[in-house]
Amino acid sequence: MTDRIEQRINSLNKRLNSEKRFRIYCIGAMSFALAWVLILFLNIFSSGYSAFYRTVIQVDVPFLNLIEDTTQFSEMSSEDINNLSMYSFSKKAIYGLFPDIEEKKDKKMLIRLFSIEFEQEIREFLKSNKSNINETETIYLTASDDVDQVNKGNYPRDLDEDKRRIKDIQLLFFDDLVDRGLVSYEFNLPFLMRGDSREPELAGVGGSIVGSLFTILVVLILSFPIGIFAAIYLEEFAPKNRVTDFIEININNLAAVPSIVFGLLGLGIILNTFGLPRSTPLVGGIVLSLMTLPTIIIATRASLRAVPPSIREGALAVGATKMQAVMHHVVPVAMPGALTGTIIGLAQALGETAPLLLIGMVAFVVDVPQTPLDASASLPVQVYLWSESAERGYVEKTSATIMMLLGFLILMNLAAVLIRRKFETKW
Amino acid sequence: MKSIKIKADNLNVYYGEKQALFDVSMYMEEKQVTALIGPSGCGKSTFIRCLNRMNDVIDICKVQGKIEIDGNNIYAPSMQVEQLRERVGMVFQKPNPFPKSIFENVAYGPRIHGIAENKSDLEEIVVNSLKKAALFDEVKDRLNDAGTGLSGGQQQRLCIARAISVNPDIILMDEPCSALDPIATARIEELMGELKTEYTIIIVTHSMQQAARVSSRTGFFHLGKLVEVDKTETIFSNPSDQRTQDYITGRFG
Repeated sequence: MTDRIEQRINSLNKRLNSEKRFRIYCIGAMSFALAWVLILFLNIFSSGYSAFYRTVIQVDVPFLNLIEDTTQFSEMSSEDINNLSMYSFSKKAIYGLFPDIEEKKDKKMLIRLFSIEFEQEIREFLKSNKSNINETETIYLTASDDVDQVNKGNYPRDLDEDKRRIKDIQLLFFDDLVDRGLVSYEFNLPFLMRGDSREPELAGVGGSIVGSLFTILVVLILSFPIGIFAAIYLEEFAPKNRVTDFIEININNLAAVPSIVFGLLGLGIILNTFGLPRSTPLVGGIVLSLMTLPTIIIATRASLRAVPPSIREGALAVGATKMQAVMHHVVPVAMPGALTGTIIGLAQALGETAPLLLIGMVAFVVDVPQTPLDASASLPVQVYLWSESAERGYVEKTSATIMMLLGFLILMNLAAVLIRRKFETKW
Repeated sequence: MKSIKIKADNLNVYYGEKQALFDVSMYMEEKQVTALIGPSGCGKSTFIRCLNRMNDVIDICKVQGKIEIDGNNIYAPSMQVEQLRERVGMVFQKPNPFPKSIFENVAYGPRIHGIAENKSDLEEIVVNSLKKAALFDEVKDRLNDAGTGLSGGQQQRLCIARAISVNPDIILMDEPCSALDPIATARIEELMGELKTEYTIIIVTHSMQQAARVSSRTGFFHLGKLVEVDKTETIFSNPSDQRTQDYITGRFG
């Protein structure tokens, strides 16, 4: 008797131990996955956050040297200011930082501490403040990428001079400027507003954000109605026969087609046959719609199927037509699920790169697109482009772009969760 | 004898290859309760769903024969099924209110058929339907609450209100009390007694006691055949078929 009880206790202990082990395996697997996500986020964040601020250097610009009376600026149109020759004037303003320098070579080195658009920056300052320009104005000019990276500590100063892009004399200038308190940081608004550039300190994600938004808009406009209607037809109206089985299998297959194939399709048909403009969000959106449609159709069909048939019968029994039963009662209940599927499909499309490479959205585009018909980049393609660039400044910008992309994805997934919570039918 | 409202004539129903009803012929009297009883799978639900053509929803279902309501064949090509269902309401086994407000549940039918001319008309119809379904007093303060938030018995009465909101002649009830407790069941049965003064009611039920309590005529189905149909007292006291006798005495089913 006691033997049997002991046996039972032993076997129970064994079962409980194996349950404990199983839990440890599960927690281990989860922690492993979580650790990788954490490492990814940490890595991207630590190398990307510095792109959100930039180094600027204070320069006193003696506008009186440009014109006899600074009040005259207020009467000039933007056109007139654009026509002013300001290059040597701007250079002289920068030389003013170190009036003792005589050698041409050193002066050139000093100029290179600044972004090549220093003249343009002074001109812009003049344009936006033309009504009250003092004789001398203090302007914050963008530092060159090398200075920016040295200032952020991303660039090693202790390498041999011939292995460095920034020269010893420039470091001397820079350290002196730091000592004089003329070097400072500011929030990198241009990074969010501008398009791509060959100069890292001037390159921005604005163009690719707008391009991505236009692309997603096109995807939404095309694939949401088509997907919803296709799903409603297949789920509610289509007869169940070989043809609809065939369609269903193909839609499921379509969801598994590698995205680059859609890019080839876009290249061959949308660009070559229909002649739509290359590199544009419109074409990108059409191609990504093809990819997103199956996701939306499958998600919508699943949520339509989840609506209890008794609701349809209830509506039919009071004399509703089939369409009324579906549109008045089934679709509203299925809508949160359909919207969630759509948003997840859009998030997928937002992060998609391969098809966009094939339809030319990989081009170097400086201007921020104004319409979906302008050539444009998109966020994931921008990541791809910058990750290939050699300059230091693009490293942090690549990570920063990934941060923006992840930010948008998290926002969209959050929206999907909120929509589901808010509009879910409670039974 | 009362006048005949519904007449089924040699009705055969097939689900694909399988035949579910065999040559069913019976009539149902106006403003009376007719009960259909029989063991599970005997075809009584199939039969009642033929009366408002709910079986049309099922692709593989095929109906042969004739059902006449007031002398018109409802399977004639000229018959519009939406119009038929306006005249023949239905209450289902499981309460299935729409996931909308109580008001909207009842207002839906009149709205799609354009029965109400204006808003106050519609409100009147809703209130009257709820009153007839003996639900109004319980929900009058919360007509905008969700219909799905009511108790099971209240939900079923809401479904009855929904069925009578379009002013039908006939109400079909497919085991309306099988998901309800005895008290809610008693209320529905009581309600049927009131409703039969205005409507012809056909009820499918598993409970022989319920059939005996509410109906004036009873049909017994077995294996897709209508074994016997007669006055309820006759069926329960002196059935002419041995199978009916066996079923009502509890020997099978």
